[in-house]
Amino acid sequence: MALLEVNNLKSYFFTKEGVVKAVDGNSFSIEKGEILGIVGESGAGKSVTGFSILNLLDPPGKIVEGEIIFEGKDLTKVNEEAFEKIRGDKIAMVFQDPQTSLNPVMTIGRQLMETMLYHNNSLSREEVYHASVAMLKRVELPSAEKRMESYPHQLSGGMKQRVVIAIALLNNPKLLIADEPTTALDVTIQAQILYLMKKLSSDFGSSLIFITHDIAVVSQLCDKIAVMYAGRIVEYGSKDEIIFDPKHPYTKGLIACLPTLNDNRERLYQIPGVMPSLLNLPKGCYFKERCEFADETCDVYPQKQIIGERVVYCHKI
Amino acid sequence: MSQDLVKLLEVKGVEKVFKVRIGTFGKKDLHALNGVSFDMFKGKTLSLVGESGCGKTTIGKVILGLYQANSGSVLFGERDIAKSTPKQRGVIQKEIQMIFQDPYSSLNPRKKIGTILEQPLKIHTNMDHKERMAVVHSLCSDVGIDPDYLDRYPHQFSGGQRQRIAIARAIILKPELILADEPISALDVSIQAQILNLMMDLQEKYHLTLLFITHDISVVKYISDFVAVMYLGEIVEYAPKEALFKSPRHPYTKMLLSTVPTIHTPLVTKSVLENGEVQTPIDLPQGCFFANRCEYRDETCDTVHPDMVDNGEGHWARCPKF
Repeated sequence: MALLEVNNLKSYFFTKEGVVKAVDGNSFSIEKGEILGIVGESGAGKSVTGFSILNLLDPPGKIVEGEIIFEGKDLTKVNEEAFEKIRGDKIAMVFQDPQTSLNPVMTIGRQLMETMLYHNNSLSREEVYHASVAMLKRVELPSAEKRMESYPHQLSGGMKQRVVIAIALLNNPKLLIADEPTTALDVTIQAQILYLMKKLSSDFGSSLIFITHDIAVVSQLCDKIAVMYAGRIVEYGSKDEIIFDPKHPYTKGLIACLPTLNDNRERLYQIPGVMPSLLNLPKGCYFKERCEFADETCDVYPQKQIIGERVVYCHKI
Repeated sequence: MSQDLVKLLEVKGVEKVFKVRIGTFGKKDLHALNGVSFDMFKGKTLSLVGESGCGKTTIGKVILGLYQANSGSVLFGERDIAKSTPKQRGVIQKEIQMIFQDPYSSLNPRKKIGTILEQPLKIHTNMDHKERMAVVHSLCSDVGIDPDYLDRYPHQFSGGQRQRIAIARAIILKPELILADEPISALDVSIQAQILNLMMDLQEKYHLTLLFITHDISVVKYISDFVAVMYLGEIVEYAPKEALFKSPRHPYTKMLLSTVPTIHTPLVTKSVLENGEVQTPIDLPQGCFFANRCEYRDETCDTVHPDMVDNGEGHWARCPKF
């Protein structure tokens, strides 16, 4: 049985201007120890997918349909009180900006210990202290004991993100959701953090959902990839299928417009146009206005097609 | 280097120090620029690459006159503009224009884009309204903005379109030099390629000289003629594009190139990344600034600060080992 199975998830925002279908009927699953990458442009619904799993959608946002089965239990039916026991314990999240995810007026040590004590109140403070220091060492933060007394502003961006990851892993979660965890960091630091996340997820046997706009990062890190466009998954399959043999024109475009270091092209490939507003979606396939293969058939939203292990939504395959 | 290059801008030994507060009473010097030197040639693009905090934006602001250098010179034609404010620069100022990172904050939200684009012509030329609007219209089609949209406000445009407007504003006076500070970092991947291609087209059409400031070494490959790599307030490598990508000489450049994620390379493993992060520019080390992260480090690196050395082909690097 899969660790997490998301079926036909629909998360809508009921705004004054109309209903925004931020996540519209998406399904995916993740096995124990697996890394799933969710790729897409801003506004594609990647983060909302992550928030939906953790039941962190604020009004006017709401899950209107679908199931999120985690260890056999449907998370959409769990009430907030029970969810507090799951969140930060069995499922943890790492956010994009380490600057804002840490409390600026609490020491690093207190933030770590609080997280652990909240979910394990039988432990003594001493045990928790040692476990926290040990975790800071696992994420390779230099001089861990000293850092327990530091405040977030005394650390660099990369160090802060290590602390956030340490907090997320402290209770040995079954599933870690990382929402653009390296976007705010420099490339060299990004490489360190990616390496760390891959290593820790295999050491701890945790599954990881990695949300990013960068398909190159996903290809280095993930086992499975879901490509999202305007609220819907357009292609979903194993990393090798998606990266080396993309079928959906949008996935193809995303890969082709990556700058690479070892080719001699003069210009970059570009996908024309922009992603449509979720309030004003075109009839039929959402990508048709930017797609070079589009014709009349694309005026109807494509049915799900299954090719091997992969799912793809396109008429032109 | 070939002879047909005409020097437009010469940056020589520019230093910039900021005073920062440490604790309640203490003050310390933050060395943002430590003797930055490079040349820019007419019609060519120089890319300035480095991580956040390396001083790449600071040098841009010195060239633009938003900061005044503490020492060193910036020669624009015959004149040294390193210590002059935009006002003191007079007519020179209109020859240097800027494209900022965030098109959401660089356009005045209360003005129609027609007004925004007309403004520079109003200030710097004697054209009448009709002539000005003719220039604005022709430029709009160059950057791919429908001239019918001129009476819309910035919020009615997407990020990519706004960046096109910002580009149009920067080139409308036909400036000699354009500084583009991370012009694509705030945009989505599919839009980044559009803007990058647009900048290359415009450069060809108007023979622009471009200083392209970025943290992303992978895009530099497309747009540059020359590349300068910055680290902790100094240039550590300067070379024609081909040479830099083919045979990088400085260990930091090598590290940058190896950490760019691509779909063809596996995740970078431990060895390259063993050693930490950038030093602070407040207490600079005595030796090589990069020594604490360098895999080739030995004792001399901790004591002697290396100079920029030319390998004889215009490929400069600040490392005695390569």
